[in-house]
Amino acid sequence: MNGPHDLGGAQGFGAVVPERDEPWFHADWERRAFALVLAMGATGAWNLDMSRYARERIPPADYLASTYYDIWRKGMERLLVEQGLATAEEIAGGRSARTPAKLSRKAMAADVLPALARGAPTEREAVAPARFKQGDAVRARTMNPVGHTRLPRYVRGRNGRIAAIRGVHVFPDSNAMGHGEDPRWLYSVAFEARELWGEEARAGDEIRIDLWEAYLEPV
Amino acid sequence: MSAHDHDHHHDHDRDHEGSHLDEVELRVRALETLLTEKGYVDPAALDVFIETYETKVGPRNGAKVVARAWSDETFRRWLFDDATAAIASLGFTGRQGEHMVALENTPDIHNMVVCTLCSCYPWTVLGLPPVWYKSPPYRSRAVIDPRGVLEDFGVAPPEATKIRVWDSTAEVRYMVVPMRPDGTDGMSEDLLADLVTRDSMIGTGLPLAPKAAPGMQK
Repeated sequence: MNGPHDLGGAQGFGAVVPERDEPWFHADWERRAFALVLAMGATGAWNLDMSRYARERIPPADYLASTYYDIWRKGMERLLVEQGLATAEEIAGGRSARTPAKLSRKAMAADVLPALARGAPTEREAVAPARFKQGDAVRARTMNPVGHTRLPRYVRGRNGRIAAIRGVHVFPDSNAMGHGEDPRWLYSVAFEARELWGEEARAGDEIRIDLWEAYLEPV
Repeated sequence: MSAHDHDHHHDHDRDHEGSHLDEVELRVRALETLLTEKGYVDPAALDVFIETYETKVGPRNGAKVVARAWSDETFRRWLFDDATAAIASLGFTGRQGEHMVALENTPDIHNMVVCTLCSCYPWTVLGLPPVWYKSPPYRSRAVIDPRGVLEDFGVAPPEATKIRVWDSTAEVRYMVVPMRPDGTDGMSEDLLADLVTRDSMIGTGLPLAPKAAPGMQK
């Protein structure tokens, strides 16, 4: 979706201001929100792409005014309601008023470190050959899906070339919508800065971005 | 460690930021109470998640990878050929580092990593991302004005150096391997690792000069 999260190339946000000796968290509620999101993710009630899509659907003015972990909180509250795990009233009141949903897993303290060390690889077996090879000229499709996508607006319709083949990976456009993993070939695609931004960009500068095969057409 | 043990640390925050912060704190506390009462989360597991990312995972991991690459040619080639495996050989695996690619800075190419859509970042080698990395100014501008962003960090690559910006739009996670600083011949991996800053592995900084590194001041 063309949501507030798709920020590449937007202007007017000002300078980047790094914080010296930045702490990992800036308030205790950030710690707890972070851990709650990871713990709920571990239940299997939703996948990571669904989490991302829930954050992207926060209305634009609210998204841009929210701090990072508050965006995480708002996304998780939305998923809890959508998946039938809690009602908005229960979330606001902090008290359970209904029978809990049955979840397939629960992250216990002893499971956390092994699960983090395993991670969740997204590469899958190929079932069809890759359509493109390294060096091929491609164009990012012009498309405006209303669901989740990883094709940012700033590359749509622009010409690039296949810089590397990354293997077959879970397709977020499908996975985020709960339609299954639908794995597809993933490529590192190189775009010249001038192709994206015009003559004022510096010749030779490049943007490289990971794009699934469904986002690309041959030139 | 429970939510309540931390309350006293943040009274000063409340004084400065007022009711909005109070509201967010209350919402998160209500969520934790609810999800625990529902039986969806184990409070002890929450503490392990927090402790892991506050004390065990951080840019020191990535600095060890870079120092090894600077010291060991076989490892360096492995890192650029199969970063996931090379990094795993040092014990760094898992969440948000499942599919790693290492990017080599050279006199010709300066690499810089961003996630314009959100906050994708190689947790296994750098830990959790800093606020600026997740915020609109960096996410919007890194792709359209990388030299301007580098200026915000006090970094000015030579005119002839090309900038290559990597937008992490999939599950591949990128780390930059900066150029080894001059004057470091014969330094041990431990001392070299002290020169490798977090920002030098994102591409918004450079490694420290040998005399400025903490390990050399002892």
